[in-house]
Formats: sequence, structure tokens, C-alpha cells
Amino acid sequence: MSKYTEEDLEKELKTKEYEYGFYTDIESETFAKGLNEDVVRAISKKKNEPEWMTEWRLEAYRVWKKMTEPDWANVHYPKPNFQDIAYYSAPKKKPKLNSLDEVDPDLLDTFKKLGISIDEQKKLANVAVDIVMDSVSVATTFKKTLGEKGIIFMPISEAIQEHPELVKKYLGTVVPTSDNFYAALNSAVFSDGSFCYIPKGVKCPMELSTYFRINEGGTGQFERTLVVADEGSYVSYLEGCTAPQRDENQLHAAVVELVAMDDAEIKYSTVQNWFPGDENGKGGVFNFVTKRGLCETNAKISWTQVETGSAVTWKYPSCILKGNNSVGEFYSIAVTNHYQQADTGTKMIHLGKNTKSTIISKGISAGKSQNSYRGLVQINSRAENARNFSQCDSLLMGNACGAHTFPYIETKNKSAQIEHEATTSKIGEDQLFYCNQRGIDTEKAIALIVNGFSKEVLNKLPMEFAVEAQKLLEISLEGSVG
Amino acid sequence: MELKDKLLSSYVAFEDHIDTNTEIHEIRSKALENFDKLGFPTKKLEAWKYTSLNTILKNDYSIFPDRGRTVELADVKQYFIHDIDTYKVVFIDGKYSSFLSETTHDNFDVCLMSSALSKAKYKPVIQKYFNKVAKQDNLTSLNTAFVSEGAYIHIPKNIEVQKPIQIINFTTGSEPATMTQPRNLIVVEENSHVQIIERHQSLTVNEVLSNVVTEVFAAQSATVDYYKIQNDHSNASLVDNTYVNQKSNSVVAVHTFSFGGNITRNNLNFFQNGEHIDSILKGVTIIEGKQHVDHHTLVHHIEPNCESHQDYKGIYDERSTGVFNGKVVVEKEAQKTNAYQQNNNVLVSDKATINAKPQLEIFADDVKCSHGCTIGQLDDDALFYMQQRGIPKKEGRGLLMFAFANTVLESVKIPEVKSRITKLIADKLNVNIGFDL
Repeated sequence: MSKYTEEDLEKELKTKEYEYGFYTDIESETFAKGLNEDVVRAISKKKNEPEWMTEWRLEAYRVWKKMTEPDWANVHYPKPNFQDIAYYSAPKKKPKLNSLDEVDPDLLDTFKKLGISIDEQKKLANVAVDIVMDSVSVATTFKKTLGEKGIIFMPISEAIQEHPELVKKYLGTVVPTSDNFYAALNSAVFSDGSFCYIPKGVKCPMELSTYFRINEGGTGQFERTLVVADEGSYVSYLEGCTAPQRDENQLHAAVVELVAMDDAEIKYSTVQNWFPGDENGKGGVFNFVTKRGLCETNAKISWTQVETGSAVTWKYPSCILKGNNSVGEFYSIAVTNHYQQADTGTKMIHLGKNTKSTIISKGISAGKSQNSYRGLVQINSRAENARNFSQCDSLLMGNACGAHTFPYIETKNKSAQIEHEATTSKIGEDQLFYCNQRGIDTEKAIALIVNGFSKEVLNKLPMEFAVEAQKLLEISLEGSVG
Repeated sequence: MELKDKLLSSYVAFEDHIDTNTEIHEIRSKALENFDKLGFPTKKLEAWKYTSLNTILKNDYSIFPDRGRTVELADVKQYFIHDIDTYKVVFIDGKYSSFLSETTHDNFDVCLMSSALSKAKYKPVIQKYFNKVAKQDNLTSLNTAFVSEGAYIHIPKNIEVQKPIQIINFTTGSEPATMTQPRNLIVVEENSHVQIIERHQSLTVNEVLSNVVTEVFAAQSATVDYYKIQNDHSNASLVDNTYVNQKSNSVVAVHTFSFGGNITRNNLNFFQNGEHIDSILKGVTIIEGKQHVDHHTLVHHIEPNCESHQDYKGIYDERSTGVFNGKVVVEKEAQKTNAYQQNNNVLVSDKATINAKPQLEIFADDVKCSHGCTIGQLDDDALFYMQQRGIPKKEGRGLLMFAFANTVLESVKIPEVKSRITKLIADKLNVNIGFDL
């Protein structure tokens, strides 16, 4: 294979294959239910971790034990019993199917609408694929390209073995183990996740994403991600996938930490489509995520998220603008349908001078769902000339759903300039009528209007993600107006 | 002794002075139980996240202050809107002052809560309205438990009250620390119209804590204009709990002007039980020193085709702290609701803090709801423009701040109140505005 260039990458993306972690030989081993120090030790041992890591986990566990589950979010769900969960399970083995006919027709329907090719569909549904896909070699090529630039991108469990000095230095610096209930739990029992380090002055030549991840880490129950961008570097990281993910794990508690050193930039995009439960609100994933980034001088962190899945979402990607002139951005679309509940937003903590933050949040609620924006903009007394612009728009479909905004604005500096705007609206009958007149059926018209509503955020997604995310929005809202 | 224990134990002494064989007393006892259970609010409660009462709860308040020194009209005239004829209900240290008051029973009642609670002829109104819209939260329950005095205003159908009504509570500071708990009930029947001005004023720098509860009922097509002037000494704290219940086509406007005091907390709640209701909540806050003003508003849209307008402006200097927590709830039946909320703040000093939380909870789809919140500075270009034209910087700033607060003043309907507020703002900003409004 000749040298893999960016054009090739682009081509590859056009005809891309979904690359999930489940190619490896899977040990289907699960620990007994419950959590205690022995379980934490055993997880650590299983991963062959060094002593400091085991201690770190234990410390987190001890902190967690003293904490109580938060209940301030605007979501209601039966509280999980934390002693009734198996804390270590190797990635689940999916039943191998012989043909697409055996796959759940609903799932196939969704694939079709997302425009996923037959081969991909097979791969996603774990159907045995006849043609040999050269994904492993593609992956290897990627690894080589990244290696040449000195970029480290690997499962965090490997990183703990291979680059302990880096992991030790940064792990838990942005989200301390004692940060909150779920972060502490994650710190104690995290199974795997990704580690990414971009050396000084390096621009990462490709979007790092779970597409090309070459490990079995996958989307575990307690995922831990750590991205470190050293001085002057740039990286764009994609997480998640537009295809629906079904998972039996009810509880997901991930932690993502971003460190942007001086002049570095991190762009972190997420598309989340966990199983939201059925139309009657049965089942579905509880997603409790702690995401936070630290910006040093002149650094920039940008969060973009499209949330369509999960029965319950509790997620506040935040930026600590520590360095002078640092920039934090948050672009979000949260769609809830049926009985879904989302409480999501961001925190922008302005500590440095001339720091800027932008928050654009679009909430779309349909069915009987509840969609909340909860945000904090905090201007510290030393943060001269801080600037914030926030916009939270909600779109309601039907009167069985709810949209809520809980913005907190705390300012201790007179030079701060803060603007916050929120609007709530619905899809106007006039708008629909206009479209109908021009031969666009109602369903399409709604898709059109929703796309227009969420355009500002979709534009921030990497190209290939944006197209899929757009389709995903349509599917998520299907049949919600009528 | 902790203030809570002191209050609980003094309830027995309170019972000696009042008729305990009434329905009202049942309400009192229930409220006391409730307060006993809830206690004083702490910062752990979401609604009190930004306001701590700890510093003022430490004082050893006298709960039933003796009638202090006599108050001469000349001493307190400045606190009245005295250039127009008004009805007045005046209390000194929680006791009614007939000398300073001017009440009436012609066609409508402007009188005392104590007589309304005890006389048979008021019973139907009291039974129907008293404690009916007030939330059973901690401080409201405390007030209900000790209810004895306050203003009672009842306007029957089709009456336009020609003179504004002033409700003024003075504390003489005859004791080092005084706690008062006035309770007001205002019932405005169909098509009637009334204007009310409320003020709390301490006459010395001794510690004062006022825990006020006001219930306002506006029946169909009634109009209520309510002005609250808060410009007290720096040791006087105020918790103002106001509950407004509106019926169809009624218009209720509450303007709150907060220019002074130690800790001022305004809990302003509107409940819209009818269609085509308009609720107006406006406020200007200009504070300095270590003052703390917290505006907590709730507009509950329960039925369709209603409107609410909120506009709060704040200017914070020195080490002062401002809080704005505005909540709009739109129930799913409340289609075609228009709810606007605006909160603009200017921080003048580096030590001042503003915490804002404009909140929307919407369950209906066909609504227009928006909120805007800004924190910023005065426009330097505008200031420079004025300086170029010979207006000194200080006056220039004053003019800009005045203009900033003025949108709220525009909707004040009593000219004398407007000019009084204008003067207070001018004094506050230490400038001569130089023109009359």
C-alpha cells in the first residue's frame, strides 16, 4: 500500500466503514455484582496496572463511598442500585448472525434512513461479512502516520503501561476524583477509554475518532478519555457514532478530560445515540457524563455535541478558562422524544484575563419528553474583560413535552460583558403551510425547519459527521408531529 | 438562644394576647408547626443559593417590641408621598398608629388586619382569601404563625379608588434589634382599580428584620398598581413575600425600587388563574456598600392567552451583591402565552457581584417566551461624547445610569411617585439630573 495521504483519507471517509471495537477476540468475563475495594483492586489487577494507578482508583472509591447521588437535575428515573451492577465486564460478545434477515427490522430501517451501505449495515449488526474489508491495514496506516508526528493515540489502559509519566501527570487534573458522584465512580472502576497526546506544535492531520480506533476499548460502560494538546498543537476529536447503539448496560458514567496547553486548540465533537428506550419509555440508557476542559494561555477548547439518545442524559461539557486570552465554545443540539429526559448544558469558568466564551444550545422536545438547559457562566474577580455570549433556543413539538432553561450567571468583575438570550417557540403552522403549498410534505417540512433551527450547531461538526447528524435529527423526530 | 427557638418559645406568650378560639388560630398553629419543621432557609436550598441570612439571624431580636418613643409627623413626613392626598395605613413597631393614618370604610375598606381578623363582618372575606395564595414555605409560615397586624384592603365591585393607598411600617429602634412581621391582605373585586405604595422604614440605625407577607387578589378585570419603595438604613433587612392571584382580564403591576437596606429579599409570585391576564413585574436596584438585594420572581402561567412582562435593572457599586432569579412556568394548558423577561445589570465596582438566574419552564408548545440577561458597563463612547460637550464625567455617568434605569420608571403611573423615585435615583447616583420628568 502506497503512502496514505489526506486525500486518501477523504476518499476513505466517503466510502467509510464503521469501525467499532468489537473485532478482537472477546473474553466474556464478568465479575460478580457489587462494588468494594476488592473489586476495584481486581479491576486494576486485571488491567495489569502499576501500583500508583491502583491506589488512585482506591482513593476515588473511598471518596465515592462517602458521596450521595446528586438529585438536583431536572430528571426523574429509578435510582440505580450500585451494588447490583457488575463493574467489570469484558466487551460483550454479540451473537453472530448469518444474514441481514436475522437482524431486527427496526434497526435495518434506521440504517437505511441513515444511508449506511449494506456492508456497513452487516458489520454494524454483527452479521458475518463475506468480503474482506481492509480495515485493519487502514488502521495500521493511520497509526503509522500518527506515529511519525509523535502523536500518541491509544486505549488508556495501554497508555498506562506505555506512557505512565504522561497519564500520571494529567489524569484527574481537570476532573478530580472527588469532583462528583459519577466522576468518582468512574475513576474507581473505569474499564477503558482513549488517551491522546499531541506533541508541541503538531497539527493532527486527521480527525481522531472512534471510527478508526484500533482497540477493543469501544464504548464501555465507564469510559475514560484523556486528551492532552501540548503547546501550539491542534486536534479534532470525534466521539460516538450516529448509528443507534443498543446496550444492555443501563448506567453509563463516562469522564472526559481535555488539557489544552498554551496556544493549543482542541475541538471535541460528540454524537450520542444510545438506546433511548421504546415509545413507552421502557428501558434505555442512563447517561451521566462528566466532561471538562482546561485552557491555558491563548488556548481554545470547543465542544460540539448532538444528543439524540439515552433515556436520561446528565451532561455538562465545561471549560475552565484559566489562561489569559483563552476561548471556550459550546455548541449543542439536544433532541428528546417519547419519554426521554435530558438535562444538559455547560459551565464556562472565566479565570484569566480577556477570556471569551460562546454558548449556543438548541433544544428540541417532542412526544412526552423533558429537555433542560442548565448552564453556568462564572466570571472571577480577576478575569478582566471577560466576554460571554449565550443563546438557548427551544423548539417544542406538541404540548405533552417540556423545555426548561436554568442559566446561572455569576459575575464578580465589572469589566465583564455577558449576554444571555433564550427563546422558546414551535414550528409555525404558516411555515408548514408554506412548505406544503410548494409540494413539500409535512414530515419533510419539519425536517427542513428543524435543520434550519439547528444549523448553527450542525455547521460546527466535521463535515462527514454533520450530514449524518442531520439525518439523525430527522429520524429522532419521526412521527412526532401529526 | 437561636432565633428559631426564641420564636417557637415566644409563641406561647403570643397566645396569651390573642383569641385562640378561632379558625385563624388553627391556621397559625399549623403554620408554626410547618416553620418548626422547615426552619430558616439556608444556602443549601436552591432558592437561597445566593442569599445567606446567617449574619442577620444572629441578632437577638425583640419579637414583640414595646411601643417605642412617640413619632412626630414632622420626623417622618419625608417618608410619605406627601404632596398628594392619600389613604394611609401606618404602623410603628408593628402597632397601628391612628395618629399618622387615614383609613376609610366608605364603600370600601382600608383598615387593619387585626380588626379584620376579629370582627364578624369581615369574616366572609377573611375565610375566602386569607392565607389562600401564600405558599406554605419557611418564612411565609413564620409570618402566618405570628399574624396579628397589617393592612387590610377590600375594594368591592366597580370602584375606582381615587386616592392611592400608602402602607408604611416604621421601626423606632427603641430596642437594639427589632423583628416585625406585618401581614397585608388586598382584595380587589371585579372591575375595580387601586394603587398602593408600600414602604418599610427604620428611624434609627438599630438592627431590624422585617418578614412581610402580602397577599393580593385581583378579580375579573381588576387593576392593581403596586409600588414598593425600599430605601432603608444599612442595618435594616427585609424579606418581602408577595403573592398575587389574578383572575381573567385583570392587570397587576408590581414595581420594586430597591435603593438601600442590609439584606433585601423580594419573593414576588404571580399566579394566573384565568385568561387574558397581564402581569407586570418591574424593578430598579441601585445599591452600594455591602448591601445585598435579591429579586426572586415567579410567574405561573396556568391558563391560555395570558401575558407577563418582567424588566429588572440593577446598578451595583462598591461591595454590593445583586441576585436576580426569575422563573416563568408555562403549564401545558397555557397555550398562546407571551412571557417576556429582561434583566440588565451594570457593575460599577470591581468588588461588586451579580448572580443571575433567569429560568424558563415550559410545557406548552404554542407560546412566545423569551428572556434576556445582560451584564455590562456603561458605553464609554457615549460618556466621551458627553464629556466633549462639557458635561462632567460624573454627571455623564449619572445621566447614562439614569437612562439605563428609566425604562422601568416610564411605566410608573403616579406622577408624584415617579418624581420621588427620580429624585431618589439622582441622590443615589450623586448627580443633579437637571431636568424634571
